[in-house]
Amino acid sequence: MGLEFDFGAEQPKLVMLLLGVVAFLAVVGVMLLLLDRAPMRSRSRLHAAILLAPALTLLTIGLVVPAVRTTLLSFMSGDSKTFVGLDNYVWMFSQPEALLTLRNTLLWVVLVPLLVTGIGLVYAVLVDRSRFEALAKSLVFMPMAISFVGAGIIWKFVYAYRPEDADQIGLLNQIVVWLGGEPRQWLQEPPLNNLFLIFVLVWIQAGFATVVLSAAIKGIPAEIVEAARLDGAGALQMFFRVTLPSIRPAVIVVLVTQAIGTLKLFDIVRTMTNGNFDTSVIAVDMYNNAFRFGETGKGAALAVFLFVLVAPIVWYQTRLRRRVQ
Amino acid sequence: MTHASPTTSAAARVRARLSTRAASLVALLIAVLWTTPTFGLLLSSFRPKDEIKSTGWWTFFADPNLTLENYQEVLFGTSSSSGRLASFLINSIVITIPSVLLPLALASFAAYGLAWLNFRGRDWIYIGIFALQIVPLQMALVPLLSFFSEGVSVAGIQLLPAWELGDTGRFAQVWFAHTCFALPFAVFLLHNFMAELPHELMEAARVDGATHGQIIRRVVLPLVAPALATFAIFQFLWVWNDLLVGLIFAGGTAESAPMTVRLAQMAGTRGDEWQRLTSGAFVSVIIPLVVFLSMQRYFVRGLLAGGIKG
Repeated sequence: MGLEFDFGAEQPKLVMLLLGVVAFLAVVGVMLLLLDRAPMRSRSRLHAAILLAPALTLLTIGLVVPAVRTTLLSFMSGDSKTFVGLDNYVWMFSQPEALLTLRNTLLWVVLVPLLVTGIGLVYAVLVDRSRFEALAKSLVFMPMAISFVGAGIIWKFVYAYRPEDADQIGLLNQIVVWLGGEPRQWLQEPPLNNLFLIFVLVWIQAGFATVVLSAAIKGIPAEIVEAARLDGAGALQMFFRVTLPSIRPAVIVVLVTQAIGTLKLFDIVRTMTNGNFDTSVIAVDMYNNAFRFGETGKGAALAVFLFVLVAPIVWYQTRLRRRVQ
Repeated sequence: MTHASPTTSAAARVRARLSTRAASLVALLIAVLWTTPTFGLLLSSFRPKDEIKSTGWWTFFADPNLTLENYQEVLFGTSSSSGRLASFLINSIVITIPSVLLPLALASFAAYGLAWLNFRGRDWIYIGIFALQIVPLQMALVPLLSFFSEGVSVAGIQLLPAWELGDTGRFAQVWFAHTCFALPFAVFLLHNFMAELPHELMEAARVDGATHGQIIRRVVLPLVAPALATFAIFQFLWVWNDLLVGLIFAGGTAESAPMTVRLAQMAGTRGDEWQRLTSGAFVSVIIPLVVFLSMQRYFVRGLLAGGIKG
């Protein structure tokens, strides 16, 4: 095992970093210079053009034009040379492997928001005004900082499998063995493996729900809580009759935010099973078709379908925000 | 209620205590379930290679045995299978810093223009940028990649050349992609904060003869510093933890790929080399965790602003 690390080889990267920072400073400098030079008395149109031009240019090159081109590509063949009409969409809704991907995505998008919101809500209520509230919340919140790839590895380790006669190194299989069961390859047995992947995202996101819902719970007027208590409401009644209705908008916000994030999920499946063993989802299939199998048309069609699924939810989310405001 | 007999009130008290017991138990269970996997990974990363692969990390307490060898190997080892993670760690840093700074600068200018300048079409431009948030980045990947590798040509005429970036030049692609994808949210977030600044303040600065450049520098940016911090930490976590953009625009080699790409490779091809996976995963986790914990205040504020208030 060699250990000499060649730091010299890393130098060009640091030069590149320096260039990047210089580019940032140059952008800021040039913009400020232009703004200072443009007389204040001139039409605000000129100032607006200076302020907005860079951002609008990048958005056009990086998002608008590509989105239009992707839509066009979804009607083309794999090598993007022949027009094939709706073939790619027909494939998506008729081939067994594509249908499986759609089924898995549906499973994710139903389960993740419900579980995240449910667990986050229960936890937020339970630790509310307890002695260890701050600590308890940050423990659950911490996975939010971990990359999906890192979380994937953490849980792959929990699900690790060793044959029955060997010592288990994965916690889940060890618990199963302690309880007298047989160790299993959790990530390789469809359809259950999907649930084990789904739980990883729930584990990451529950902290988000806890923090948002906990803030909402603290916003419930004290008089309402006090009135309910005087009426002799028990803990459960309190939860269903007072807490839940009062924080309904926040609950919906969490559900909707989670639904959007889940639809686009890529990293966890890619890291843990790479879509094998019947675990693929739309974003993974999109990546594989467009960037590994050379099936640009199918990849583009999947991307367009993702857009069609996400767009109405985001639209609903913004309306929701405006109403909450 | 005033005539409640002592027995029922005692029963109610017992029931109440039981329910708080049960509640605490459930809360404790969740807390344990949420921390144990990370703890197991952390502990394992310090155990000798042979032990990680043959016994569970919980046996550590019966036979404690720690080493730093895994970290040495995964970071600095030179054999092709070792990880060479130090190299990828540097890549992640080189990718992240400009990818946070560039959208921050561009979005600040754009948000100021949209919030405090009056010009025709302003509202439409704002709605347009805002609406771009609904475009999943999957929609942009294929054409953006060909924009980099083939340039732009219309009807056979080359309008823009290909970027022709080798090795370290790939970083520029990644910065570009991350900047584009971050702009809609950044403009939206900063615009919300800037639009709430008091009108009199802006008027006063203008009456004093300040240019827009001076107003931005001396008045606006200091006042929206919390919003800048909020966006910076969101973008930092997003870029540092990103896999998809890195995978497509940075390639897969030690020249330019970020740590997440390397870890995903290791989890796939050498999925059973737990001594490298555990230490490697922990290396990638520690930096965002430190940033996150030290700036949690801003993060939560952004979460609440973006999640509830909008």
